[in-house]
Amino acid sequence: MDVEILARIQFAFTIAFHYIYPPLSIGLGLLLVIFEGLYLKTGNKMYEQITRFWIRIFALIFGIGVATGIIMEFEFGTNWATYSKYVGDIFGSALAAEGIFAFALESGFLGILIFGWNRVSSKVHFFSTLMVFLGSMFSAIWIVVANSWQQTPAGYHIVGKDLEARAEITDFWAMVFNPSSVDRLIHVWIAAFLAGIFLVLSVNAWYILKNKHLEIAKPSFKIALVAGTVFSLLQLFAGHRSADVVYKHQPAKLAALEGHYDSMAVADMFLLGYVNNKTQEVTGIKIPGGLSFLTQGDFNKPVKGLNAFKPDERPTQVNAIFQFYHIMVAIGMFLIALTVYASWLSYRKKLFEKRWLMWVFVWAVLAPQIANQTGWFAAEMGRQPWVVYGLLRTSDALSKTVTANQIIFSLVLFTVVYMLLFVLFLYLLNKKIVHGPVDHGTKEDIEEGRKRDNPIMDHHQ
Amino acid sequence: METFLGIDYNVWWYLVFGAVISGYAILDGFDLGAGALHLLLNKELSRRIALNAIGPVWDGNEVWLVIGGGALFAGFPVAYAAIFSAFYVPFMIFLVGLIFRGVAIEFRSKEPGKLWRKTWDVVYCVASITISLSLGLMLGNVALGISLNEQKEFNGDWLSFFNFFSIMVAITTLALFMMHGAIYLVMKTENRLYTKLYILARQFIIFFVLSFVITTLYTLLYIPHLGDFFRAHPSSFIIPVLMVLAIANIPRQLKIGKYRFAFISSAVTIALLLIMVALEVFPYLLYSRDNPANSITVHNAAASAKTMKILLIIALIGTPLVATYTSFVFWTFKGKVKLDETSY
Repeated sequence: MDVEILARIQFAFTIAFHYIYPPLSIGLGLLLVIFEGLYLKTGNKMYEQITRFWIRIFALIFGIGVATGIIMEFEFGTNWATYSKYVGDIFGSALAAEGIFAFALESGFLGILIFGWNRVSSKVHFFSTLMVFLGSMFSAIWIVVANSWQQTPAGYHIVGKDLEARAEITDFWAMVFNPSSVDRLIHVWIAAFLAGIFLVLSVNAWYILKNKHLEIAKPSFKIALVAGTVFSLLQLFAGHRSADVVYKHQPAKLAALEGHYDSMAVADMFLLGYVNNKTQEVTGIKIPGGLSFLTQGDFNKPVKGLNAFKPDERPTQVNAIFQFYHIMVAIGMFLIALTVYASWLSYRKKLFEKRWLMWVFVWAVLAPQIANQTGWFAAEMGRQPWVVYGLLRTSDALSKTVTANQIIFSLVLFTVVYMLLFVLFLYLLNKKIVHGPVDHGTKEDIEEGRKRDNPIMDHHQ
Repeated sequence: METFLGIDYNVWWYLVFGAVISGYAILDGFDLGAGALHLLLNKELSRRIALNAIGPVWDGNEVWLVIGGGALFAGFPVAYAAIFSAFYVPFMIFLVGLIFRGVAIEFRSKEPGKLWRKTWDVVYCVASITISLSLGLMLGNVALGISLNEQKEFNGDWLSFFNFFSIMVAITTLALFMMHGAIYLVMKTENRLYTKLYILARQFIIFFVLSFVITTLYTLLYIPHLGDFFRAHPSSFIIPVLMVLAIANIPRQLKIGKYRFAFISSAVTIALLLIMVALEVFPYLLYSRDNPANSITVHNAAASAKTMKILLIIALIGTPLVATYTSFVFWTFKGKVKLDETSY
């Protein structure tokens, strides 16, 4: 295999694995703020217990998120040196801002969040929780800004030619608020909220099914359900706005999302289907003129298709992009149906009687994760063959000094390490969930702690 | 070239970058040192106390590396691209070390089993040593220079990174961090563990001084160009003199029980060492050994003046913020380690 495909596989693998964790941190962060806020407001110990439980899980997720995230920051330099030189002026400043404004805030207050319960007042602790949550939100801002600039570059000019060419900032705020950053950021934030919310729903649904910790599981579930319903519905609008930006600024990507080849024709919208990349035909269930309607409000207006672009200026993996995009959209719809139905049952006080529905919630934790992954794959593959849309080709962006063997070495290394991490993560997460949100300090708990992971006892040994 | 207080933006950003890297070495340096000596502590309770001494802060300390990476990427993209693609293999090992260090701290306390904990103790210790050595190895090669082509990209063999000078810098870095980490732990512990760490700290001081002297002598004899700056500016000899005083001050402060001052002296030693390296290397970010014309400097590797200005504004806003809450976190966890139900 050549260096380009290896470098792309490595980037895709390391970023996809990393991206399991940050959305969970952001989403759990939101719920931690809500839970701890309720504790502060009501003084009800139950909320403290819920908060403490989820902070322990948050710590585990955050730890792996940080460990796998640091790799990403340096992978631009190791594998994509030409890209780094080309975009350093712009991408680098967003990354530096992320480090100093977001990550430092998050990691600084994390210590108090986890270890500070007995060191600071409950108000200061809540403040730390809020700061960790805000830090993770700010992180998303700068990362999405940097990526959005690659999709819809703005506020720059090109200096130099050929090997020496690079983009330089002319207008910082135009770069930050490039045409796609705000809409994509909101889409990403909500998707992250849903990832965290559905983890909480899943765990509590499981407790309810197993008849454990009911006094904590039921209220937690209801709070998370309210948030889940609100954000599933909001995501419909946020997602639509993101697609609208793609229509306006990245027409080749939009055409690939629906497998629309004809250079200028009415475009259909598929519910599901299959694109034959060679014959340029799509088979599946469709709404005729659906894409025309969604983009222009008229079923009969034509939309630019893939054939309107030169073969070397449009994505080639159209079927894959189509499938990723449609999986994401289908999951979005599923989450709306699921949360709205559950909210209706909750209103009629019949929610917890439906065991099958609780089982659906147990497994639904995977849905936002899959949607996050497929959504990003559609977004990144849809941008190909460009790494910076219309400016720099992916094939030109590599490190010239790095050989295929070196990439294979690091790819194998990361694959082995990440598989190991993932197994350990699932094992420890499962253990913490089975252990449950038991109260600290009661006699039973100390007995329990002696047997399990609670370190309160080893201290006296 | 735009200037501020008579110093051009590129040099300002070089100073900021240097400050961040020094911050990283001082802060994560004690975490790494504590990790590297971890297996020398035998009892389970001692190991837990040592881990909890860095527990609430190590994550925040590691952020300085992230900020440093961002600072280099943003301010000197050509250097960022050249350095990380050149040091591909050692850097990947460094990164895997960071992954394992982080998860070992996190995972260790999650199971009470002896084998589980012993495994993560070993992983934690080996990862900390690996990180320190690879950092030092890369620093050594940056000081020495590597071969660069006209596109300012590495065109040598990565096995050449394992030269005597760089290996000595790597060992010195490890020794420095172990000394620094031991002093930090002395500050955070009591009773018998404290006594043990006190003895270790004194041994690591000797270990550091020895490896530092060997490295310096080797440099003076075989790599004379690294001493050019000091020969040209005799007044700059104040820096190595101050460093020697800082090192000498450490055992003195330890003896009279002023651990915080001992720790500050050790931090100052790290900063002065890096300042010496920076002075010797400046204005090069990466020196081209075979053909100096291909070298990467703070001027030919820099981002645009506009970006430099933006970055300096970001730094001016960000630094006080980071300094405030970093101090707040350290202040919250000041004093000797007390284990509770939230500890590792």
